[in-house]
Amino acid sequence: MEKRVLFRSAWLPYALVAPQIAITIVFFFWPATQAVWYSFQLQDAFGLKSQFVGLQNFSALFRDSNYLESFKVTALFSVLVAFSGLAISLLLAAMADRVLRGALAYKTLLIWPYAVAPAIAGVLWAFLFAPSIGIVTYLLKGFGIEWNWIIKGDQAMALVVIASVWKQISYNFLFFLAGLQSIPKSLIEAAAIDGASPSRRFWTIVFPLLSPTTFFLLVINIIYAFFDTFGVIDATTQGGPAQATQILVYKVYHDGVKAADLGGSSAQSVILMFIVITLTVLQFRFIERKVQY
Amino acid sequence: MVENRPWLTFFSHAVLIAGVLAVAFPLYVTFVASTLTLEQILQVPMPLIPGDQLLQNYSQVLGAGSTTGSRAAVSSMLVNSTVMALVIPLGKVTISIISAFALVYFRFPLRGLIFWMIFVTLMLPVEVRIIPTFKVIADLGMLNTYAGLTVPLIASATATFLFRQFFMTVPDELAEAARVDGAGPMRFFWDVLLPLSKTTMAALFVIQFIYGWNQYLWPLLITTDESMYTVVIGIKRMIVGSDAANEWNLIMATAILAMLPPALVVVLMQKWFVKGLVETEK
Repeated sequence: MEKRVLFRSAWLPYALVAPQIAITIVFFFWPATQAVWYSFQLQDAFGLKSQFVGLQNFSALFRDSNYLESFKVTALFSVLVAFSGLAISLLLAAMADRVLRGALAYKTLLIWPYAVAPAIAGVLWAFLFAPSIGIVTYLLKGFGIEWNWIIKGDQAMALVVIASVWKQISYNFLFFLAGLQSIPKSLIEAAAIDGASPSRRFWTIVFPLLSPTTFFLLVINIIYAFFDTFGVIDATTQGGPAQATQILVYKVYHDGVKAADLGGSSAQSVILMFIVITLTVLQFRFIERKVQY
Repeated sequence: MVENRPWLTFFSHAVLIAGVLAVAFPLYVTFVASTLTLEQILQVPMPLIPGDQLLQNYSQVLGAGSTTGSRAAVSSMLVNSTVMALVIPLGKVTISIISAFALVYFRFPLRGLIFWMIFVTLMLPVEVRIIPTFKVIADLGMLNTYAGLTVPLIASATATFLFRQFFMTVPDELAEAARVDGAGPMRFFWDVLLPLSKTTMAALFVIQFIYGWNQYLWPLLITTDESMYTVVIGIKRMIVGSDAANEWNLIMATAILAMLPPALVVVLMQKWFVKGLVETEK
């Protein structure tokens, strides 16, 4: 789609885009190019000299069992975050779509966690689950469950998943609710007249019609689990114990900032860039289809 | 409502109430912890009824910070967070709206390239270029400055596309009429486009306020000076050991202070918030 009416000026459009382009070049393109450049370099221990080593950093990464483990952790983490987040939000949205009374109040009370920073969500849940003083830990002990995420990897994973899902529910809920409300009521009424029960109506009519929203949210939630949960992890487990919660983004940060391994960290950055590009392309291809459904 | 099923309605309310309570539970415990003494929190289980230390804890963190972890006062962190939360949306709205205006209402050489350059930034989140971006900021001498905290975050493809999308829906007749009346492009921008864009700007501002306030990785990288900490970073810095070694009463008071401004924005400006959220994702 193009505009019919255009203004003419030899310099004005350049002046208008200049601030954005300047920031984009200095803070996006330049560092991204550097990341690619460093990923082909090997630095000596003092960071004084570096030499071109081709794909050596990459092949070292894929031989590194820690890195491969981090891939598995990321996959598990994002699947858990995306699926449990979507399931809980869909249940709440379907219920909120049904009720007439108090719908706005429920909505308000469910959307505020969107405002909480991931790092703070992490701190809140880490406090509830704190091994010696946490209130939830105390309750779990009553059921005979020994909870200590500081030493047990699967419990650390559960903690970061819970904190991440808690923060993301509001977002998913809003989109599901909007999706549900845009489904024509006549379809559901017709099915009700034919004698279909509420659960049957949900699974055979509502859920298929909602699939564009669901796919969209699935991609968004995976992106969220890959990147935005950095705060949750850094504020709670810091990738531990024994790297049980070290997702890819956290490893880039850890290797680059804490372990000062420039080449390895940059190679990881480049791999992550490919993942983001794939996810973004997926997201855009999908959104184009969303409207046609 | 398609039909009347009292049990299902009851069930719906029950699920929603359970959901609301589960979502609110961490917030409630945080609030209670922020009104207790440290000794009260350390006894297991901690009390679940607010104590009487509210003023004590909050004035302690606002004035002096924690005693074991970071000693920066939370009030100065709140100022830093406010600067980030206001400058980022203002900057973003400004540079995005003018570049969208140029892309929609002008034809000029390199337009395609510029459009593509803006689009690609979607695929380069801070997380994937941590070290090199840090180096750029260090080389420019922008570590521990407000400029370093805000400027790199104000370029945004989503905001530019949002305005572009909106300008596409503005009828061509308006621009035609403006031209017939002899108005230049900037006159048209100020007097016609800007007033029409008010709601889009407001929605974007609300979303970006929360985005700016909640930044974590970026300030973590480029602030080393306690006086430049934002409140989200400050909380992290107050946690020094595991479990009982922390001053949880002060940490929780800081957490409440950190959550309050963006939560109020979401609740009070719900309409703009929902609009902004839904539209920036299109």
